[in-house]
Amino acid sequence: MPDPNSQKDLAAAVPFESWGRYPTYPAKITSLNWQSDYAPAIAHLHQGGALPVGMGRSYGDSCLLKDGNLLVTTGMNRLISFDPETGDLTAEAGMTLAQILDFAVPRGFFLPVSPGTKYVTLGGAIANDIHGKNHHVAGTFGRHVTQFELVRSDGTRKICSATQNEDWYAATIGGLGLTGFISWATLRMKPIVSRNIDYEGIQFHGIDEFLDLTKQSHNIEYTVSWVDCASTGKNFCRGVFMQGDHSTKPTPLIISPEPKLVFPFDAPGAALNHTTVSLFNTAFFHKQIHKRVVALQDYEPFFYPLDKVLHWNRMYGKGGLLQFQYAIPWESAREGTIAIMQAVAKSGLASFLAVLKAFGDVPSPGMMSFPKPGITLALDFPIKADKTFPLVERLADMTCDYGGRLYPAKDAAMTAPQFQAFYPQWEEFARFRDPLITSSFWERVTGDKLPL
Amino acid sequence: MSTVATALAAQPNTSGPKKILVLGATSGIAEATCRIWASQGAALFLVARNAEKLAAVAQDLRTRGASFVETAVADLDDTEQHATLLSHAVNSLTGMDIAYLTHGVLGDQAQAEQDFNTTAHILYTNFIAPVSLLTWLANYCVQRHHGTLAVISSVAGDRGRRSNYVYGSSKAGLSAFLAGLRNRIDREGVTVLTIKPGPTRTAMTAGMPKSEKFADPNAVAKSIVAAIAAKKDQLYVPFIWAPIMLVIRTIPERVFKKLNL
Ligand SMILES: Cc1cc2nc3c(=O)[nH]c(=O)nc-3n(C[C@H](O)[C@H](O)[C@H](O)COP(=O)(O)OP(=O)(O)OC[C@H]3O[C@@H](n4cnc5c(N)ncnc54)[C@H](O)[C@@H]3O)c2cc1C
Ligand SMILES: NC(=O)c1ccc[n+]([C@@H]2O[C@H](COP(=O)([O-])OP(=O)(O)OC[C@H]3O[C@@H](n4cnc5c(N)ncnc54)[C@H](OP(=O)(O)O)[C@@H]3O)[C@@H](O)[C@H]2O)c1
Repeated sequence: MPDPNSQKDLAAAVPFESWGRYPTYPAKITSLNWQSDYAPAIAHLHQGGALPVGMGRSYGDSCLLKDGNLLVTTGMNRLISFDPETGDLTAEAGMTLAQILDFAVPRGFFLPVSPGTKYVTLGGAIANDIHGKNHHVAGTFGRHVTQFELVRSDGTRKICSATQNEDWYAATIGGLGLTGFISWATLRMKPIVSRNIDYEGIQFHGIDEFLDLTKQSHNIEYTVSWVDCASTGKNFCRGVFMQGDHSTKPTPLIISPEPKLVFPFDAPGAALNHTTVSLFNTAFFHKQIHKRVVALQDYEPFFYPLDKVLHWNRMYGKGGLLQFQYAIPWESAREGTIAIMQAVAKSGLASFLAVLKAFGDVPSPGMMSFPKPGITLALDFPIKADKTFPLVERLADMTCDYGGRLYPAKDAAMTAPQFQAFYPQWEEFARFRDPLITSSFWERVTGDKLPL
Repeated sequence: MSTVATALAAQPNTSGPKKILVLGATSGIAEATCRIWASQGAALFLVARNAEKLAAVAQDLRTRGASFVETAVADLDDTEQHATLLSHAVNSLTGMDIAYLTHGVLGDQAQAEQDFNTTAHILYTNFIAPVSLLTWLANYCVQRHHGTLAVISSVAGDRGRRSNYVYGSSKAGLSAFLAGLRNRIDREGVTVLTIKPGPTRTAMTAGMPKSEKFADPNAVAKSIVAAIAAKKDQLYVPFIWAPIMLVIRTIPERVFKKLNL
């Protein structure tokens, strides 16, 4: 029975927003500060289902649950063990990668896989089986998670690894938080001797130069490109190919300073338009004056350039932003990327920063993991009611036609038929879903609502 | 206890890792503080009432580099047990450089206004129990002419306000006790630090309106560690609360009584 006061209750709560700040939904927020807080929280749900969440760094609605219960895990950030021989670090699932780095870097260890922000939790990184600039050599994050504990709402606890409860291991990695609560996990860290990255930035013009650079860099650990999606003509698909390896020259392994800049307010809606974005893109392109730049760069600006400004998503104003990220397999990767980039450039809904990368063929451990060998492109769009959604829907259809798929962590728009075409294994996966757990994303793409 | 152990325990610690006794170690502020000490290799004896939470905190601090972590589960309202608990703690640490008293309850102000037992419970946990602990600890430190007693009071103790005067009066009592204790034992080589945090984001304030704007416990912890190292007498944290409370303390009562604070 829904509680008659519930709407009032929900409205009073501080909203939990995803990074795109679209959509926003009321939900009851409960903080889990201890692993033992989960059982009472799941036993006393306010109404509807529940969803464990981390830092809300997913863009769309996969970390939201309209009118349900969000169990925020970030207070659960304790270390459990660290073995400097193997690099195995065990921690509660709410620990962020930033907190892990603060602990591990001074001890000479680094994350095996790093996303574009360090402000994500261990649990969130597993649930989306995130990828980084080293996907072509290291595969996804889940490959380096040697084990974790999964707690089901009926109280059952399962230790999951590649050899124990393998089916639950596979379903939970990339399982969008839906298989249950991850209480702790073990991550295999890798040794470093310096904070520095031997960096090289190379300008390219057009997809073929990008593909050549990709081939030439297959022995380099990290590769990623920024690409201009606003320009057409001779500047079409111009970009900067960025590559790097951990420096092997030892330097002091100090802790990163805390970020000082905070984007202070919601920018007025018009701040980001075609003109400002084009100016930015041109400036970024020419910041790299030479065709090739070689430098020793600290890992912070190399991996997390945007983390320097906390809450930079406010730059998009109150309306929020829409992310869009596809992976298209090699057979049609070139053709598909050109077609999609042309559609984006033509739309005039330019993307501020578009990120282009080749995924490698290291298999993902997750049943629902997003990456597959081919090209991935991530874009963001300011939300313009009558323009953005039709464009994104068309891009999703094109992705489908080219045999690709979209990333649920960066989606607020794919339709149920699109999702089911991208992830035909979804019905098999649904068997692993915890009966009390769901998300607004899952409800949207499967039409599956929990009975209240 | 053997005579050797007594002799060892009696030695003030001048070099080597700091020996720290933490009372209320599962508190949000205490845990953040202990993480800093652990990373400096401190030796810690942790006391808290919930065994499961205490074990999680202890495991984290061991992993972060504490040179020694021992724990005891105790409800600190049980003042009868304090002497046994404290002597066990200092023996286990083989001495003590810092005692950090952090436990406390906010209590339910509305209920306390109606029910004296609720009020008495808040006063007992926040005032009487710390006084019992401090009586033993002060004498232990005075004997050795060594040690710092760092105690969390609150800005709420600086002036009674309608919204939380029961909690506030327990902290006012504690602050006054600490001032007097300092006046007595500072000359014996024992430092007494009164810590007055402003609103801080911990379990105690979870769900309060605007709690997302409260101080970060890690920043509060950093200031506390620095104030202890500098042998300060008093700490308002974040520092902005020092001038704010100065103003609040000087508002005349005839005006103050009409304010909604
Ligand atoms: C600037 C920026 C750059 C990014 N770069 C990349 C990138 O390079 N590669 C990439 O792959 N992603 C990237 N992302 C996306 C981000 O890494 C993922 O969305 C990540 O999952 C967010 O983690 P979170 O802790 O914020 O989790 P949330 O967004 O809060 O939640 C994500 C999912 O995890 C689940 N979850 C969280 N904790 C638990 C738990 N304890 N138990 C069970 N389920 C749980 C939630 O239910 C939800 O389904 C980026 C995001 C931003 C904002
Ligand atoms: N947060 C603020 O805004 C704020 C402001 C000013 C002052 N303070 C003071 O700061 C101190 C730390 O509080 P906090 O903010 O860190 O809140 P907290 O996380 O709620 O910590 C309070 C701790 O006290 C423990 N405790 C309460 N009664 C106890 C008892 N009888 N025996 C043993 N332990 C007991 C609690 O144990 P359990 O975990 O088992 O409940 C809890 O760990 C308190 O003295 C508080 O009054 C806080």
